[in-house]
Parts: sequence; structure tokens; C-alpha cells
Amino acid sequence: MLSDLLRWGGKRPGQPDTPGEASARSGGEPVVSSKAFPKFLTALGHQPAPPVLVDFGPVIGSNVSFFGDQLGCKLFIEDLFADFDRHARAGTLDALAGTFPTRFRHAEASVDGILCWDIFDFLPKAAAPALAREVLRMLRPGGVVMGFFCTSSVPRSPFLKYEIVDEKSLRHRPHAGGGGPKHALQNRDIIKMFEGLMVSDSFLLKNNIREILLKRRS
Amino acid sequence: MWKRDEAAKPNTPAAPGAGSQPASTPLAAEAAPSRPVTEPQRGQERSTVNIGKSVVIKGELNGSEDLTIEGQVEGKIELRQNVLTIGPNGRIKAQVFAKSVIILGEVTGNVTASEKVDIRDNGSVDGDITSPRVAIAEGAHFRGSIDMQKGAVKGEGKSAPASTPVSSQSSSTQSSGSQATTATPAAAGANR
Repeated sequence: MLSDLLRWGGKRPGQPDTPGEASARSGGEPVVSSKAFPKFLTALGHQPAPPVLVDFGPVIGSNVSFFGDQLGCKLFIEDLFADFDRHARAGTLDALAGTFPTRFRHAEASVDGILCWDIFDFLPKAAAPALAREVLRMLRPGGVVMGFFCTSSVPRSPFLKYEIVDEKSLRHRPHAGGGGPKHALQNRDIIKMFEGLMVSDSFLLKNNIREILLKRRS
Repeated sequence: MWKRDEAAKPNTPAAPGAGSQPASTPLAAEAAPSRPVTEPQRGQERSTVNIGKSVVIKGELNGSEDLTIEGQVEGKIELRQNVLTIGPNGRIKAQVFAKSVIILGEVTGNVTASEKVDIRDNGSVDGDITSPRVAIAEGAHFRGSIDMQKGAVKGEGKSAPASTPVSSQSSSTQSSGSQATTATPAAAGANR
């Protein structure tokens, strides 16, 4: 009884400390707070008209609903992880870079925001700059790009899909597909690759993921 | 206590005289489904027409009733005031225009809905969606773009006088997915 009273002001028996802890108990899919995502949303919210958004990840229903509710935007799903997987299975990863110039139907400077997630970690050396060139082409002045970059290379890593929990946190969920090796890009390589964009924000998370927000000067 | 009871009472005796009231308040619209009034109209709206598995239609499909398609349709489907359901066996290669679209089968073509598009588990869409609300279930396939700009649909519709309060009640009974947005963007009609 007394112990119940003493506990009253603090943490309750079933109450988790963090969302991550909550997910760990509920099934192991970690919820990770994101520093860059709220800034990405803020930047899109400042657009004068409903924004045009490109998502390089797989389609996630709750993300679609989130963007519809929050931004009322036009969303293009361009699942590059599926492309990667298809080429990896066919053994034609070297040809992936060549597909990018014709892959996207967006006009020059027509997109307000691009969600790259961690696709650049997986891309072969020739494909990463080719995709960056397309990002630069599509992005309108004032547009923003969000990407996640690992800090150390991994010989083989599964794909993750990033489900939006709220404005500040993402659930990292396993994603169908073979995955692949992850290459750690140096900061200078990222800056060089996206020449023409400025690094608006960069965060190193506790899980050693760099969240980088790039912006095209308006 | 007493005052609360009194305040609650007027709702029940109001029913007999309800016919004389202008049914413009949202309360009246919500209460309507529980009353057995206007049977012919409601019965007509709720009736759903089915297109069976073996039916193949090539051309334009127009209507003013809810429709479930289990067969194949190629061309154009227009049910601007009604709900279109593509059943698990439905195979559509068409431009689709409806009030709400529920997809359990396969759609190849652009889908435009004035209220909601709902792609259920195992449903598949290859094309662009234009609707203020879109729900995509886990396990559904989608390839294309989603335009959720408020007012984007109205610009395309040629006849959409939807002024009846019935539409608001039917959308709220749809599956979970997303919630109705409260704020509409100021620059709704802006084209980019």
C-alpha cells in the first residue's frame, strides 16, 4: 500500500521510459527518435503551396496517411530498395546507375522534399553519384532532402523500412528484400556528391546513424 | 443532476416533430441512420450491384449506385457519388472515378476519389491516386503517386454537386487507416 503511494508520482508499473523501450517490450521493432525528421517536416510546412514529396522507400500505409494529414501533399513512391533488390537478384547491380536518368518522371526543379532514408548506404559506388545527380535535378530551390548514413561499413545488412510514429520518431521495421553490404560514406564525400545543396543539419544518433538534412538554396 | 436530465430529455420527444425541422445541423445528419425514415431513398442508396467473376466489360461504366466488381473491366468507371469496391477477384484496367474506392483486387490505371481510397490487404494499384484520404494496408501493393492535396479532386470532376449530408456519415464508417483532417490548406486549388 505504502509502496503504491510512493510510486504514485513516478513511473507506473507498466509505463515505459522511452518509446524504444515500449517497442522492445511489445515486439522488438525499435522506435528511434529522429532529429532531422521534424526539421524536414518544418521545412516542407514552410512551402507556400502543398508540397510535392518523393519517397525512395517502400510504400507504408501509415506514412502515406501521415503525410496526407500533416501536409496534404502530393507523394510519389519510388521504391529504390525494390529496384536494388531486383538488380541484386539478377546480378546486374552495376547497371543500376544507368537506370536512374530515366527512372524518375519528375520535371527539373519540381520536387519540394525527398526522403532518401538509407538507400545511399547500399548503392554501389557508381550508382550513388548518379542518384544524387537526379536528386539535384528534381529538387526545387528551397527544397529539402533527408538521408540516413551509417558510420561504419557492414558486409551485409538487411533493409529497414522507416515507419513514422509521430513527428519526432520512426519505427525501424524489417523490410522484405535481400539487403546488401552497407558502405560508410565520409561526410566530405556526401557534401561532394550533393554539390549544389548545403548541409542544413547533421545529427549523429546514439545508434551511430548520421541523419543529414540537405537544402537547396532558394 | 436534475438539470442534466432535463437537458437530455428534449432529444427524445423531438422525434415526432422532426419532420418539420430543417435537417441542416450535423446532429440531424448523425441521427438519421438510426431512424427508420425515408426507407425508399436509403434503400436505393445502400443497394449494391455486383459484377460477377465471369463478367468482362470493355468500355465505359457509369452509375449512381454502389458497385462491387469481381470481374474484369477495361476502359473507364465513373461512380462519382457512390462507393466502388473492387473485390478480391476484380481485375481493372481503367480510369476510375468514384466517391470512395475500396480495392481488394487489382487496378491498373489512375484512381480518383472525392472522399477516400482504401487499398486493403492483397489489393494492388498500379497508377496514380487522387484523393484527400488514402489508406494502404500492410501487404497491399502500390506503385505510383498519391495526390492528397485538398480540393485536387474537385477540380477534375465535371459534376459533383454532393451537397447531401449523407456523404459525411458514410465516410466515417470506413476502415481505420487515417483520420479526417481538420484543417484544409489555404492554397487548396493551387496547381504546381
